[in-house]
Amino acid sequence: MAFVTANWNPLGEAFYRKTELYEMGWNLKDGLRDCLFAAAPYGGPIALLKEPLRRSPSARPLMEIYSSSGVSMASFLWKSGVVKQLGWTVSDDLLCIQEDGTVLVYDMFGNFKKHFSMGSEVVQNQVLEAKVFHSPYGTGIAIVTGTFRFTLATNIDDLKLRRLPEVPGLQGLPSCWAVLTQDRQSKVLLASGADLFILDNTVCTAVAPPGLSPQATSIVHMAVSFSYKYLALFTDSGHVWMGTSNLRDKLSEVETKIRAPPKQMAWCRRPKSQQPSVVIMWDQQLLVAGQCKESIQYPLDDDSVLVPELDGVRIISGTHHEMLQEVPGACEEIFKIASMEPGALLLEAHKEYEKESQKADEYLREIKEQSLLGKAVRQCIEAAGHEYDPDTQKTLLRAASFGKCFLSNFPPDQFVSMCRDLRVLNAVRDYTVGIPLTHTQFKQMTVQVLIDRLVYRKLYPLAIEICRYLKTPEYQGVSRVLKHWACCKVQQKEEADDVIARAICVKLGETAGISYSEIATKAYECGRTELAIKLLEFEPRSGEQVPLLLKMKRSQLALSKAIESGDTDLVYTVVSYLKNEMNRGDFFMTLRNQPVALSLYRQFCKHQEQDTLKDLFNQDDDHQELGNFYVRASYKERRLEARIGLLQSAVDEYYKAKNEFSAKVTEEEMRLLRVQRKLEEEKGEHLVGFSLHDTLSSLLAVGLHKQAEQLYKDFRVPDKRYWWLKLTALAEKEDWEELEKFGKSKKSPIGYLPFVEVCVKHHNKYEARKYVSKVTPEQKVKAHLAVGDLEGAADAAIERRSEAEISTVLSRCSPTTDRALVERLNRARATAAKK
Amino acid sequence: MAAHLSYGRVNLNILREAARKELREFLDKCAGTKAIVWDEYLTGPFGLIAQYSLLKEHEVDKMFTLKAGRVPPADVKNIIFFVRPRLELMDIIAENVLSEDKQQLREFHILFVPRRSLLCEQRLKEQGVLGCFTNIDEYILDLIPYDGDLLSMESETAFRECYLENDQTSLFHTAKGLMTLQALYGTIPQIFGKGECARHVANMMLRMKREFGGSQSQILPVFDTLLLLDRNVDLLTPLATQLTYEGLIDEIYGITNASDVFFDNLTVEQEFMTGVDTDKVNTYIEDCIAQKDPLIKILRLVCMQSVCNNGLKQKVLDHYKREILQTYGYEHILTLTNLEKAGLLKPQTTTRNNYPTIRKTLKLWMEDANEQNPNDISYVYSGYAPLSVRLAQVLARPGWRSIEEVLKMLPGPHFEERQQLPTGLHKKRQQGENRTTLVFFLGGVTYAEIAALRFLSQMEDSGTEYIIATTKLLNGTSWIRSLMDRPDNQS
Repeated sequence: MAFVTANWNPLGEAFYRKTELYEMGWNLKDGLRDCLFAAAPYGGPIALLKEPLRRSPSARPLMEIYSSSGVSMASFLWKSGVVKQLGWTVSDDLLCIQEDGTVLVYDMFGNFKKHFSMGSEVVQNQVLEAKVFHSPYGTGIAIVTGTFRFTLATNIDDLKLRRLPEVPGLQGLPSCWAVLTQDRQSKVLLASGADLFILDNTVCTAVAPPGLSPQATSIVHMAVSFSYKYLALFTDSGHVWMGTSNLRDKLSEVETKIRAPPKQMAWCRRPKSQQPSVVIMWDQQLLVAGQCKESIQYPLDDDSVLVPELDGVRIISGTHHEMLQEVPGACEEIFKIASMEPGALLLEAHKEYEKESQKADEYLREIKEQSLLGKAVRQCIEAAGHEYDPDTQKTLLRAASFGKCFLSNFPPDQFVSMCRDLRVLNAVRDYTVGIPLTHTQFKQMTVQVLIDRLVYRKLYPLAIEICRYLKTPEYQGVSRVLKHWACCKVQQKEEADDVIARAICVKLGETAGISYSEIATKAYECGRTELAIKLLEFEPRSGEQVPLLLKMKRSQLALSKAIESGDTDLVYTVVSYLKNEMNRGDFFMTLRNQPVALSLYRQFCKHQEQDTLKDLFNQDDDHQELGNFYVRASYKERRLEARIGLLQSAVDEYYKAKNEFSAKVTEEEMRLLRVQRKLEEEKGEHLVGFSLHDTLSSLLAVGLHKQAEQLYKDFRVPDKRYWWLKLTALAEKEDWEELEKFGKSKKSPIGYLPFVEVCVKHHNKYEARKYVSKVTPEQKVKAHLAVGDLEGAADAAIERRSEAEISTVLSRCSPTTDRALVERLNRARATAAKK
Repeated sequence: MAAHLSYGRVNLNILREAARKELREFLDKCAGTKAIVWDEYLTGPFGLIAQYSLLKEHEVDKMFTLKAGRVPPADVKNIIFFVRPRLELMDIIAENVLSEDKQQLREFHILFVPRRSLLCEQRLKEQGVLGCFTNIDEYILDLIPYDGDLLSMESETAFRECYLENDQTSLFHTAKGLMTLQALYGTIPQIFGKGECARHVANMMLRMKREFGGSQSQILPVFDTLLLLDRNVDLLTPLATQLTYEGLIDEIYGITNASDVFFDNLTVEQEFMTGVDTDKVNTYIEDCIAQKDPLIKILRLVCMQSVCNNGLKQKVLDHYKREILQTYGYEHILTLTNLEKAGLLKPQTTTRNNYPTIRKTLKLWMEDANEQNPNDISYVYSGYAPLSVRLAQVLARPGWRSIEEVLKMLPGPHFEERQQLPTGLHKKRQQGENRTTLVFFLGGVTYAEIAALRFLSQMEDSGTEYIIATTKLLNGTSWIRSLMDRPDNQS
């Protein structure tokens, strides 16, 4: 434990430490000399291309891919063009940018995935320099061409090339440049001598860093921080200027006293740190510059590469892999010599406790007296997260756990989750896995992404272990890993279909959220249709199976799966596909076996293809529907003869359907149409299309009583209805004379109350009164009231001794009504009630 | 805002907020000023989710109705079509896009409500315009919060599609909607149902749950029970005139009939419901036909008689049909066929009439309904207790087992399903704590049924609170109209 601070160096207020991550597993003959090199951030893989500049066209350089611990993952001879730059995408794919602007994409096992071009213009002018950058929009590439123009792609998965404007007066390569992501836009910052420019989509703007040392005549190197917030410039005068990347504020300037242009420079500032700092590398030397005049210097005996990270810089050499970072606050508080911070005291207390010394109590008391035990525990937990050595982690966690015992309400989550995180981190930092993540990086990248990274590396068992250990919800965790495993499995050409299918089924089983259709699609893409079909059978989501089944021309199966899903749109989709695929007979036959699809298709035809609809009914001998079809068609037909023709077809169908009623009434309809036409021709009245009722009304309205009478007989209109109809028609016409004649023609089948009411409705109380006497006794009261004869109503009601009717009459009485009448009614009601 | 949605036991505002959020996200996807071209049918449902001010905040400057021809001029960057996935609408959109002035450079987008459709996209492709759209998205608006305890899918045609056309699209949307609801309010542990459609919806729900097995909702269940009811289990209730305040407004809004006529009508309805002379031709109906009263009124009465008599004698049925066809026109033969298909009108096949048994067992008719101080749900129809609501009531207490016989007489299967809850989400019920039941009416619900369920929720000793969901709020008139062929000809 005493050695924790052995690798610390002070710089201003802070300390920096350089920790060894790995002794590299690779065996590189010439170290990192003369090779293109790219290491992915967040402890990602490393790519090396030895001797990229071919001495002869036939020479084939070797491309090698390693884990961060130097374990070989792939190597192959480079057979394409001259590579200018290597880089990694956010999903750990290797990008090889060639001189001719072609970008080749490989996975980390060296399998070719795809290629694309950075623009036709580049082919001629060639790429002079290129950079790969990461932003919230994905992986980007920036190149500068032989004409000193920049081209930028912000996201290579959604490739949109942007050619940036010309830089006025630029006659050669800029002395240095970098890509910035600001205001949701990627820009290029470049230096030409002492001038600094920002290139965005539309303009080139000259900028000046505030307070840059006047001795500088040229900016020879620049570095943008991991977060794109900060910028460092190195000048030919040996000064490092540090400031914000928007060039508004200067944070610091340090004179390094070294004027040689550095090989590499990288920001080394951890998030929320007080002090800006950069690491600068020359051939033999590494220097950390911060806010103070002094700097930390490390000798370098081997060619090395700096890999900027979120919270420090990794240094990879031919033999070693180290992490250089500012010592995190919690670690400093605990381990700094003679620290009196509560965390430091707690660690001390725990040490004494292990030794069974009473000093433990003294330390504890000291902390508790200041009520700082909670803080002490938190410091120990936090510091444990930042330590790389498991023993140190354990010591700190034990101290935290010890301190917790003396606190009653300390929430356990922080401790528990730190233990879990560290267990995961230690597992992935293991030499065989080789992902040297810090706790800060882990939190930034999230478990999700870590799982993805493990999956890319095909470390499925470890990924699953971690998912289970962290209790990640299945569909985000285990299911996803298993799916990737299965997708990888189906590509194993040497194994037989059923072996693979069984292996996948055994392993995946009914794991929730597994998309078998995705796996099947993968199998199909690899040309294994049979395997794909086998796999699809395991897919619980019927809907998901459909598109692939159609693609594989298993349309019948697709149809039943679509129906099973309940998604009618999917059924329609398959049906319309089948319609184009099959001949009509087969198509109809298929539908016939699938009633759900058939009725949906009928609906479709009803709106879109009337004729097909008819064919469908015909095929099914559905005469009832055919009848309805013709009836419907008849109403769209304007020409009378054609209309009658269609109705005749309907009649035939209805008879075939043994629907006598429909047949008969349709015949009746045809008959009516003919009569209407005849009457139209003879009398010039518009009648065609009217209902029988309206036809009769029209005839009566114009006084064609004889014709109406004839129709009434021919169509066997019930007497009651005819009487109502005629009564209404005559009153409408106010033909009171004819009405009276009609009323006397024979005994009314509807009684005479309707006569009273219809007359009143047409404001003729005089006529109404004529019928009151003819009304049946039960309806008399109503009739009298209708014509406004209160006295008559009262008499009728009293005569019938009906309490209800007497009450009705009473309710119609008003204060102006004769008092005697009211009294008479009241008395009668009392008597009626007694009964 | 929308305070009326959040006072209840179940805060339906969550659903509304989720819907609003999704709308905002879509609008922001189309950067810049925009005009919305509406499928007219959608303006009502959207009004329940977002006011114009929300749209305005997201740079919606203009609104148009989807029409053939070209989109009216508007100085906006984006034209967004808000449409249902219907082929005929795709043709109009294609015409709109193709007749767009090429100088204008307006971007087109489609938002499908409630779901994207491959079929429609295929149609747009055939019309050669699929590539013209920058965004094609779906806006999953299945269940729209209508009131504090009421959700509606606002799908006018659901009943017709399900029972006449055998098109179960709306049931698929129902199942999807219920899955969304469960994602927000937790898995519903118990599902009861009655009817073919109910069975189908439950099956789809269970399958969808299996399909999304891993993403199980980790929310403590708000609903204890889901009751799925087919509208055709209770065809009678919507036919009757609703006698609650809201129901009455719904029924007679715009009708200026004299009150006498209204009461005559009620008398006949009550006679039918109590089983008086349901097997004979009814004089009142005959008189109404003779006076050519509105056809829908006639159809309501005839259907009601048929339902209360478990079908009409062939002679009686044919008489009514002939009277109707002669009076209102032969074209209505198609409407009559539809009503028969839906089971609203049918010839008697057995002499046995189940209705009286059902009425007695479920106490559908209460002689002494007290409308001032109701003590039973029958007050909503002045004596008649809606069958659908009785089923819900009996389910809560004493359970359906007690009415097994009656359930068998009603159409479609009845069933019970349980959904496994993740451990730790089992509700620990407090003493006296009410259960919450979601009653879903597949094919529509009336205001009176809602009133009856609300009444049950408020009854002190009921022990159950009801939330109501439906494909559409309806009354007898709108319902019958939805089943008519050539309804435009009708008053």
